[in-house]
Amino acid sequence: MTHVAIADQPEEEEHHPTSFIAKYIWSQDHKVIAIQYTIVAMFVGLVALVLSGFMRLQLGFPDTFSFINPNTYLQFMTMHGMIMVIYLLTALLLGGFGNYLIPLMVGTRDMVFPYLNMLSFWMYFLSVLVLLASFFVPGGPTGAGWTLYPPQAILQGTPGADWGIVFMIASLAIFIIAFTMGGLNYVTTILQARTHGMTLMRMPLTLWGIFTASLMGLLAFPALLVSAIMLGLDLLAGTSFFMPALVSLGEQLDHTGGSPLLFQHLFWFFGHPEVYIVALPAFGMVSDVLSTHARKNIFGYRMMVWAIVIIAGLSFIVWAHHMYVSGMNLNFGFFFATTTLIIAVPTALKVYNWVLTLWRGNIHLNTPMLFAIGFIFTFTHGGLSGLFLGNVIVDVPLADTYFVVAHFHMVMGVSTVMVLFAAIYHWYPLVTGRMLHEGMGKIHFWLTFLGTYAVFLPMHYLGFLGVPRRYFSMGDTAFMPESAQTLNASISVFAIIVMVIQVIFLVNLVWSLKNGPRAPRNPWGATSLEWQTPVMPPAHGNWGHALPRVHRWAYDYSVPGAAEDFIPQNVPQEGSGRPDDGGQEEVKA
Amino acid sequence: MQPKRFHRAVTALTTLAVSGLASADWTERSAENLRPGVTDSSETIYDLHMAILWVCVAIFALVFGLIMWSMINHRRSKRPKPATFHEHLGLEVVWTIIPFVILIFMAWPATVVLIDLEDTSDSVLTVKVTGHQWYWSYEYLSYEDDPDLGISFAQRMKTPREQYERPILPGGLFPRGEAAGRVGEDFIPLTADNPDTKNYLLEVDNNLVIPAGQRVRFLITADDVIHSFWVPDFGYKKDAIPGFINESWTEVPEDQTGIYYGQCAELCGRGHAFMPLAVEVVSQEEFREWVAKKQAEAAEEVADEPFADLDEALAKGEQLYQNHCVACHGGEGGGGVGPSLRGTDLMTNPDRIDENISIVRDGRAAMPAFGAQLSDRELAAVISFQRNAFGNETGDLIQPADIENTEGGQ
Repeated sequence: MTHVAIADQPEEEEHHPTSFIAKYIWSQDHKVIAIQYTIVAMFVGLVALVLSGFMRLQLGFPDTFSFINPNTYLQFMTMHGMIMVIYLLTALLLGGFGNYLIPLMVGTRDMVFPYLNMLSFWMYFLSVLVLLASFFVPGGPTGAGWTLYPPQAILQGTPGADWGIVFMIASLAIFIIAFTMGGLNYVTTILQARTHGMTLMRMPLTLWGIFTASLMGLLAFPALLVSAIMLGLDLLAGTSFFMPALVSLGEQLDHTGGSPLLFQHLFWFFGHPEVYIVALPAFGMVSDVLSTHARKNIFGYRMMVWAIVIIAGLSFIVWAHHMYVSGMNLNFGFFFATTTLIIAVPTALKVYNWVLTLWRGNIHLNTPMLFAIGFIFTFTHGGLSGLFLGNVIVDVPLADTYFVVAHFHMVMGVSTVMVLFAAIYHWYPLVTGRMLHEGMGKIHFWLTFLGTYAVFLPMHYLGFLGVPRRYFSMGDTAFMPESAQTLNASISVFAIIVMVIQVIFLVNLVWSLKNGPRAPRNPWGATSLEWQTPVMPPAHGNWGHALPRVHRWAYDYSVPGAAEDFIPQNVPQEGSGRPDDGGQEEVKA
Repeated sequence: MQPKRFHRAVTALTTLAVSGLASADWTERSAENLRPGVTDSSETIYDLHMAILWVCVAIFALVFGLIMWSMINHRRSKRPKPATFHEHLGLEVVWTIIPFVILIFMAWPATVVLIDLEDTSDSVLTVKVTGHQWYWSYEYLSYEDDPDLGISFAQRMKTPREQYERPILPGGLFPRGEAAGRVGEDFIPLTADNPDTKNYLLEVDNNLVIPAGQRVRFLITADDVIHSFWVPDFGYKKDAIPGFINESWTEVPEDQTGIYYGQCAELCGRGHAFMPLAVEVVSQEEFREWVAKKQAEAAEEVADEPFADLDEALAKGEQLYQNHCVACHGGEGGGGVGPSLRGTDLMTNPDRIDENISIVRDGRAAMPAFGAQLSDRELAAVISFQRNAFGNETGDLIQPADIENTEGGQ
């Protein structure tokens, strides 16, 4: 052996933490940190889910619940959106799954900066505390919508304009610090700590998704940080970055010369990539789940990788399609409409490739697979409704209606959550050593899948009719025939059902921890490295004495002539004879 | 020479595509789709929308058909032998190019309409639209040869706040605070069955009146926060942004006169759902009559003319109170964000009239100064109203001159 990388050297026994606090609280183990991230993210996600339930109660059964008034409605709406997008999806996909899977999938012992990783979680935890604290300050949390558009975000006509908005800005700033520490870690680990033979083009698509999303986050979040700080200065220091001269509720304010549109540009420069920061890891994970449970290699691996990279690049030049009706220059509108439609091409390619991956496979319809296939449905659905909105002129009547609500919930909310569920059902045995209850899982899937359709499909229709979004009261208007009223109430009923159904999932998670059947090693017969650890669940340091060597791509399923219908990545190529020639071979064609 | 079969196929496909577009008319004017609207541009948008809809249906059928087929025929219980193909360059190039072509096919007509929609030249009437928290105001600028019509007015929701906030279930399921006092109250439900309350979230006090068959240009801006001017039947919406002026135009055909409702489409604070707008499209003769009437009214309204009697002041004052004061002081003067006006010393003590005027005009603490927005006559009316409503019954009549003669507070 000519050289031994540090990561190849045997793990030093005395590094194992022993005390409870070192092991579970101030842990630097990526697996523990991942679980911490997951638990906190799922907790705030539940809070946001309940908030959406309150909104649906008001919309479906107006004025029946006296704790919901126009102020609280806007506050619920804002917190629901912000929590779901940032504190649940971004944190769970990257902080949770990214943390757990990256070191295992690239074949290393931990993140390259474990201390930073721990710090990242605790900063995230702090940002969540600050966010939740805003419920208890005078005036309550901000009700400015998750887009926080000034001037209204910081003026008195909006609930929470005194304290809530300050807490929101502070929480976002802390979150961005946390994300930057985490994101640097994920990118560096994937670039620097891959084991022997793990070339970039052999990485499972999950890694590609997480890697690209982390890079995007590092580029996009600063725009949000800057706009949040400027917004805070406008509010607290009396600057006028976003504030023109204006009269608020009869009072002439001191601001002058600012541009409300500048904020929208900055916000969406972050906001649109954010959609893909959430979507790309989901694309990656669902590819691996589909391939594993269809017992068939992913179709068009290279194109899938390039599609991820191209989507990431394009997503930085489409932001202004959120602003078609804000009155921008005609040429701008045309440019952004074009890029927006072009981004549909790599995305459509991914959908076709997933379908071809299923085609003539050996499809195991277990819970993770059902959720993964459910994702293709909801995602295609959301993508198609995006064709209406991306088309600048058809967007004009549909912007700010329930059609938009339906579109982004399908494409970004439901789809991503479908993948999260698929991923949890898929990787739960790896994390806990127990299988989740399959019966509960299937009930959970069908009720969630059909339920979300029952909730969001009618919303497209409400949007066509012309019902505006973010309305406390839809009333009985020319835009809402009697039949739509009934439909609207039924949306609420289904939303509550879907909410309650999630209890089954939570029960399953907790119950299976003790009572689930013990998971066999590599229960799904997966090829990627995370399932090939010496013990399952992986111990501290992941790989025992020697790191694995990678000899093939991550999708050798049902290879003709092989003993089993899968060949893990660390099994040497037949006829190669040299155990350490990893990294030299091309991707197996 | 092209083979005959190829020629036939192309003809058939073209016919199919064209008839597919034409078939958009099937659902025209139905209440189950995007509103086709009444203007040329809204109709074009509707056609484009239908074209996209059919493309989506086709893609939908293809993708979901393939998935369903795979799930049924290649599932584990059928013991399929999985295929091992994993790349096909030709196929991937094809399904990169096909969506590309479809997208260009969609984007081209969209751009043409967009360019047209942004072109506000040749407009006959120009109206400046201003969004406020939470009402609209309009200023009629040029019309035909007249450079300034000099008409301006505010447009607010007709339904008073107490009424639209009246609960379906008085007091709610879990009555708290103020709601607890409403338990068991009688109420008339605000539903379609009740003809008086149909469209209660859309009807306004003053309709925006525009002529049919003439191109109307809107200059859209806002006073405080971002709003969005949206009449669905005109086919567009445009944000009203403080510090910016956006333009848009509409031209309603002569045979489509009537009232068209719209709503604010950009989140603008707690009253976002309660700032509707209504546009009354009338024939050009009627519009000229309306303009003449409005101009005559405006000439009559002299800013400092004293009120003839208390009733005249109260009628005007009540309207102003509903528009400006009710949000903080409540419909019955019981207070809320602002203090109660019911029988307080400030409201009933004749020695404190000057103080009363000063507070309303110049502001104090959280109370904004209304001096800039309201004329002396309006201030006098609203203060007279406060001092005579809600059981105050002082009989005080404040005249515009009183406002002028009261010294500034701070």
